Amino acid sequence: MFKWLHPYANPEVAYNFCGKLQPWLFRLSAIFLTIGLVWALFYAPADYQQGDSFRIFYIHVPAAILAMGIYMAMAIAALSSLVWQLKLADASAAAMAPIGAVFTAIALITGAAWGKPMWGTWWIWDARLTSELILLFLYLGVIALHNAFEDKNLAGKAAGILSLVGVINLPIIHYSVEWWNTLHQGATVSKLGAPSMSASMYWPFLMCFLGFAFLIAAIVCLRFRTEVLARNGMRPWVKALAEQQISCQSTQCNQAQENK
Amino acid sequence: MQFNSFAEFLNMGGYAFYVWLSYGISTALIIYLIWASVNRHKAVLQQIAQRQKREQRLRQAAAINMEKQGLTQPELNEEIIADAVAKTTSGSVNENKEV
Repeated sequence: MFKWLHPYANPEVAYNFCGKLQPWLFRLSAIFLTIGLVWALFYAPADYQQGDSFRIFYIHVPAAILAMGIYMAMAIAALSSLVWQLKLADASAAAMAPIGAVFTAIALITGAAWGKPMWGTWWIWDARLTSELILLFLYLGVIALHNAFEDKNLAGKAAGILSLVGVINLPIIHYSVEWWNTLHQGATVSKLGAPSMSASMYWPFLMCFLGFAFLIAAIVCLRFRTEVLARNGMRPWVKALAEQQISCQSTQCNQAQENK
Repeated sequence: MQFNSFAEFLNMGGYAFYVWLSYGISTALIIYLIWASVNRHKAVLQQIAQRQKREQRLRQAAAINMEKQGLTQPELNEEIIADAVAKTTSGSVNENKEV
């Protein structure tokens, strides 16, 4: 397997591979998000207790699950960058942090907008909400550390250690609704195999979830490529790419590029 | 279809403000994220190209100086030019920070 994977450790190969993947991921995400959101907003039934405010669920839950998923992926990348000194792993960890931060913010904001009509308050220091807020601060800390050093390798090490320490927060978020019995309700969809909700709500949720997942993958590709460029600015292939980009801006050869 | 009219759809069973607030902010944040990522990609490429141009100018200047001083041996030339370039660009290698 490593023999097969090895060529992808070359920055240029990884850059081009992600460049090819990126438009397809954006397309898939557009398809799934369109299906999912139209289904969720127009066709999914209203909840018998929460009425139409339940439609916030279709953004809130995928964003919250994926925010934790991105953190796990970032921590694994940080670990492999710290242990095996993989420069590309470090680039991917740096690429994931801002995306995770945005999705954590979405989970928190939609949660607040859902909590106001249902619980009567925008915010409460409930265990789930507090640990999710800590996740946002962890993301912001990782982003800050990545930008705090001139030397990208040093920055990657510092940010990587913080991401690894922060992994302890993930089980806390997940089990917070069981360990502390406060306002936030228990898990409904993350129970493997047997979600405790009706199919008419579960399917649109799944579509939205896949749509957001593909969207995240696409943005990770884009940001990963940027990080690879920033870390390999002195390589000839990057220089050639930069020159091409500049000459394109003056003579508009975007179409020619697409046709290639 | 769960709603009988478009007005009813917009009203969201009385929860219009909260539902549309959630969807609006989420859309805005995601669009901002994509916009910022695309912009940063372009900015990094531009920085690399600019640095390259500066390097070329330095090379030319160094070459002209060499000629003035009468140093025309090719080996020596290359070495000194590389030195000059390294000196003037070493500080800017890791400049590609997020703006």
